[in-house]
Amino acid sequence: MRITVEINGRAYDGDVEPRTLLSDFIRHGAGLTGTKVGCEQGVCGACTVQLDGEPVRSCLTLAVQANGRALRTVEGLADGSLHPLQRAFHEAHALQCGFCTPGFLVSMDAFLREHPEAGEGELREALAGNLCRCTGYLGIVEAVEKAAREMREGR
Amino acid sequence: MKPAPFEYRAPASVEEALALLGPERTVLAGGQSLVPLLNLRLARPEVVVDLGGIAQLDYIRADAGPLRIGAMTRQAVLERSELVRRRWPLLRKAVRFVGHFQIRSRGTVGGSVAHADPAAELPVALTALGARFHLRSSAGVRVLGASEFFIGPLQTAREPDELLAEIEVPEQPEGAGSGFAEHAHTHGDFATAGAAAVVAPGRDAGIALLGAGPVPERAAAAERALAGGAEPREVAALAARDLEDEHRRALCAELARRAIEEALA
Repeated sequence: MRITVEINGRAYDGDVEPRTLLSDFIRHGAGLTGTKVGCEQGVCGACTVQLDGEPVRSCLTLAVQANGRALRTVEGLADGSLHPLQRAFHEAHALQCGFCTPGFLVSMDAFLREHPEAGEGELREALAGNLCRCTGYLGIVEAVEKAAREMREGR
Repeated sequence: MKPAPFEYRAPASVEEALALLGPERTVLAGGQSLVPLLNLRLARPEVVVDLGGIAQLDYIRADAGPLRIGAMTRQAVLERSELVRRRWPLLRKAVRFVGHFQIRSRGTVGGSVAHADPAAELPVALTALGARFHLRSSAGVRVLGASEFFIGPLQTAREPDELLAEIEVPEQPEGAGSGFAEHAHTHGDFATAGAAAVVAPGRDAGIALLGAGPVPERAAAAERALAGGAEPREVAALAARDLEDEHRRALCAELARRAIEEALA
């Protein structure tokens, strides 16, 4: 099937089988390999992207379901300079191998837009949808709190 | 893993969808349970009928009377609904435990109900609320209560040519309280156990347990005891008394107690 998906403001066309996962279209069809594929069953969160602004698991979405819609991936976060979340992850050592990081960034960007005032408890609950096997999460919690503060202050 | 090949159909209306349904054909709603099954090749349908383009199944409304939820309403939309928060707060409490927020933005109310996972939150909350499930086919509409609709783990009374179109939730009496409690290893994991309770003034109650059996069921004896003035702890113990496993019985009783106390508070 012929599909067109807008990713980070640019249109990508492709021929896909109905069974092609959106995660595979993003990586292989569009060549955007920032989005990672981990468990392929919706648990790890590494493949999270924003579909029309909503955070979704791209491994639990068929590419055909994104036809005509707009995606944002980790490549679309930085706008000239790093996104506050990216900067905070860097500063707070919130990553080690980095495989899970795009999923965290894309998820939390969407979450903080809807819940700019979220406290630590809510942030921890929101972070439960992404798995990290390196950091032990403390740096991630710290980074997200820091980014939330900066985003509230409009920096 | 990747899904096995299938034919993909995306009807634009309920009528078109009904004409496409049948054996070996699977309905795709939000895909948050189906796509993992496809990826693991535990499901290998010949045809996948995607309801994503049917706007007429995406609504939440309650004019005067019951709440009507279109089957394709996303769980995130239910969670954000002011109407639901105000008049059917149990649904909002329960939906916040469904997967993670990234799952709820795709997952649908109808999909969760039709999938009928015994560890799912919405079927349990809807059972406690006395919801009715509207099944449409080209022959007409059947409306079933929870006890008729849920027939086993991952099994419902829906026939292959039927579509779950709407979930109807009766109006709650003025002053009714609600509570939802569950236990999971981490937030967002599949729950091991849980409980939903709604209690109206006069202690007319709906109580249902999660993870206590193959289908969500009302705890009728416990509801009667509550109406008769029994303490929450006693009522909760009654709700869980038929569970054979000691740990599960204790867990369900404790969660039921919390849900009932929250509803009475």
